[in-house]
Amino acid sequence: MTDKDYFTFKILRYDAAEPDIEPHFQTYKIRVIPGLTILMVLLRIRDEIDGTLAFRSSCRSAVCGSCAMVINGKIDLACRTQAASFRSNTIILEPLPNMQIIKDLVVDMTPFWDMYEKVKPYMIRKGDYPDKEIAQTEEDRKKIDQYVNCILCACCYGACPVLARNPDYMGPAAFAKLERFMLDSRDERPDNFLQNVDSEDGVWGCDTVLRCIEACPKDVRPTDSIVGLRKQLVKNKLFGKGKNED
Amino acid sequence: MLYHDVLIVGGGLSGLRAAVGLCEKYDVGLVSKVHPIRSHSIAAQGGINAALANNPDARDDTPEKHTFDTVKGGDYLGDQDAVEIMCKEAPVIVYEMEHWGCPFSRFPDNTIAQRPFGGAGYPRTCFSADITGHVLLNTLYERSVYKDVKVYSEHVVLALVTDGNLCHGAIVLDQIKGEIIPVAAKATVFATGGYGRVYLYSTNALSNTGSGIGIPFRAGVPVKDMEFVQFHPTSLIGTNILMTEACRGEGGYLLNNKGERFMERYAAKAMELAPRDIVSRSIQTEIEEGRGFEHELGKYVQLDLRHLGAEKIMERLPGIRRICLDFIGIDPIYEPIPIMPSQHYSMGGIDTNEKSETVVKGFYAAGECACVSVHGANRLGGNSLLDTIVFGKLASISVDQYLQSDGFKPDEKLLMSKKAEVEHKIKQLNSGGSERPFKILDELRLTMSKLAGIFRTKDELQQALSKIIELKERYKKVNVSSSKIYMNYELIGAWELESMLDVGHIIVLGALLREESRGAHSRRDFPMRRDAEWLKHTVATIGKDGEPNISYKGVTITKYEPMERKY
Repeated sequence: MTDKDYFTFKILRYDAAEPDIEPHFQTYKIRVIPGLTILMVLLRIRDEIDGTLAFRSSCRSAVCGSCAMVINGKIDLACRTQAASFRSNTIILEPLPNMQIIKDLVVDMTPFWDMYEKVKPYMIRKGDYPDKEIAQTEEDRKKIDQYVNCILCACCYGACPVLARNPDYMGPAAFAKLERFMLDSRDERPDNFLQNVDSEDGVWGCDTVLRCIEACPKDVRPTDSIVGLRKQLVKNKLFGKGKNED
Repeated sequence: MLYHDVLIVGGGLSGLRAAVGLCEKYDVGLVSKVHPIRSHSIAAQGGINAALANNPDARDDTPEKHTFDTVKGGDYLGDQDAVEIMCKEAPVIVYEMEHWGCPFSRFPDNTIAQRPFGGAGYPRTCFSADITGHVLLNTLYERSVYKDVKVYSEHVVLALVTDGNLCHGAIVLDQIKGEIIPVAAKATVFATGGYGRVYLYSTNALSNTGSGIGIPFRAGVPVKDMEFVQFHPTSLIGTNILMTEACRGEGGYLLNNKGERFMERYAAKAMELAPRDIVSRSIQTEIEEGRGFEHELGKYVQLDLRHLGAEKIMERLPGIRRICLDFIGIDPIYEPIPIMPSQHYSMGGIDTNEKSETVVKGFYAAGECACVSVHGANRLGGNSLLDTIVFGKLASISVDQYLQSDGFKPDEKLLMSKKAEVEHKIKQLNSGGSERPFKILDELRLTMSKLAGIFRTKDELQQALSKIIELKERYKKVNVSSSKIYMNYELIGAWELESMLDVGHIIVLGALLREESRGAHSRRDFPMRRDAEWLKHTVATIGKDGEPNISYKGVTITKYEPMERKY
């Protein structure tokens, strides 16, 4: 073991319940071995050095979406990021942008979930259900694949430059969820349903600078959904009727 | 104080299904210590079993055949009436999930696709690539949004309130605000998942502490068959992240350091698709006898997918490939995956019947935290997602019946006195004791993995028992660094540690007493199943001294007489 195995972790500390103490970085030294993830580092700090450190975590395998944060300037999940994968042995950890800090690396995700709920994120059907499954071709199912992969970790929401200036903007994940249902051959929501997102707070607000795609840990491309929804809106305006309208 | 007709604890598949079933008729509150979408159901990969007979090779599959496979897979410890109910419900709930939007993979005839899984006579595991838990949890959460279920996210349950006969609700902690809230409820459903984190090597999420089993146990609710712990054959070395059984269902091989498909020696017919207990023991034996590989992260055997080809891997197992790339830098298209068995699932849990009822009126449990028992001594792959949704649904039906017949009012005084007790205990956790919670937990985990693992002996289990009793003593002096109650994850961990010690204690005690090998409980000193003495459930109840007392009760046998398990 040598000194060079010890990495410096600078972690943003802040407690919204004690607003008099300004956000500040606290430094911890941790020995880094190959394979050690940022999440493991955080767990070790909380267990062994500083029990007051706050961060969310659960699955530790990049599927539950709990541990999104800013790691050396890049938004990612702490559990799938190796500490030794940076050129530097100083690593800076900050909470996700575009949301209020509750404590340290934990942000208030209420606005994110509010936007999610706004798009009616569930299957809408008109008639009765069949006795068995609703028929769907594998080809049709594949159309929604990339959006189905979304784990709602809010990496995209934190990376979005539009949200940084307009907190009423619905954000990339909500559009990806909406497009997941728009493209689902089984969903029967009317296309005028898109009025919900036909505004600057909706799909027209997007800068299309693709930060969300860059930030997504699951290879989802929210911008594709925004482009898709915009096209559908234009079509509806030009031709009046949408695919699911009588 | 909060008031609800029904309090549901846990926002995974069971809890959400129970909530969706009740929320139109009753005032339901769902408490979850993580946002529901972060629940561990999300991590299930391979699929959900239902005899839909969609697979061209399985046109004559039936719920009866599913029942038999489940009973045999569980080494005849499952209650056969309950297994039958689950398997009959299976097609109903799979279609229900599909109707609610679940994007299952499809066959060329546009029906739900089904793949082969371990211990099953037919390919009956419905799936969505290798993210079946993810799509099911999203579907049920979406349904709960549609139904406007009231969710208390990041609220953790601290205690259950009963008077011995009746349940009055629970005490929960709002983690963000730090408020300790008594929740008065006419009916309470626990759907809190498993206890994997009691083990050092586990596929489970960090949130799977088993406090949802320890808390009812402390409140006097019996727990059942806890010595039956499932070790999944294939977890990635180092992180122990799950490598789904679907890897083998799709045709993957297990190889030792001689390049042999060693399962031939242990289950010549079923090979890699033998039930999990058998495959895990086989891997462990290969490693112990020197036919494993060495790695700085531990000894392992190989899970080889290369012959499946890039196209099949990308289509059917994309999540597995992603995990391998992210966590060990291996692309399974070109290299075998280094795997080892590790703790995965708890067959045991809160003692429930086929209606999700416990002995305490108004208290119900469903999913992994419960033990009906449908999985017996060993759960088949694809049956846990099924269990969660079926028994979540059946719990909602039972609660509905209970609430119709009863004008019961929860006892507020009882709730308030429990709250005071909880507050006092929390203060004690920050009163200058000398023990750090993580040290006790680390020692517990190591003890469980080393001494109560895949193979067990009397000596090792006795050592484990003394160690746990020592750790319980040390727990009395545990201390956390901050007295604040809000946003204090260390405090929650220390609170849950008490349950984890109880859970470990009950597992080890049950395993020590059970002098036979059955399913996942494998005693080197008693290698045979001994039906004459041990075809019975282990029941643990808390004694006056706070220690578990063990008793036994019979197994329900309907159609399937116990016979030798051969694969």
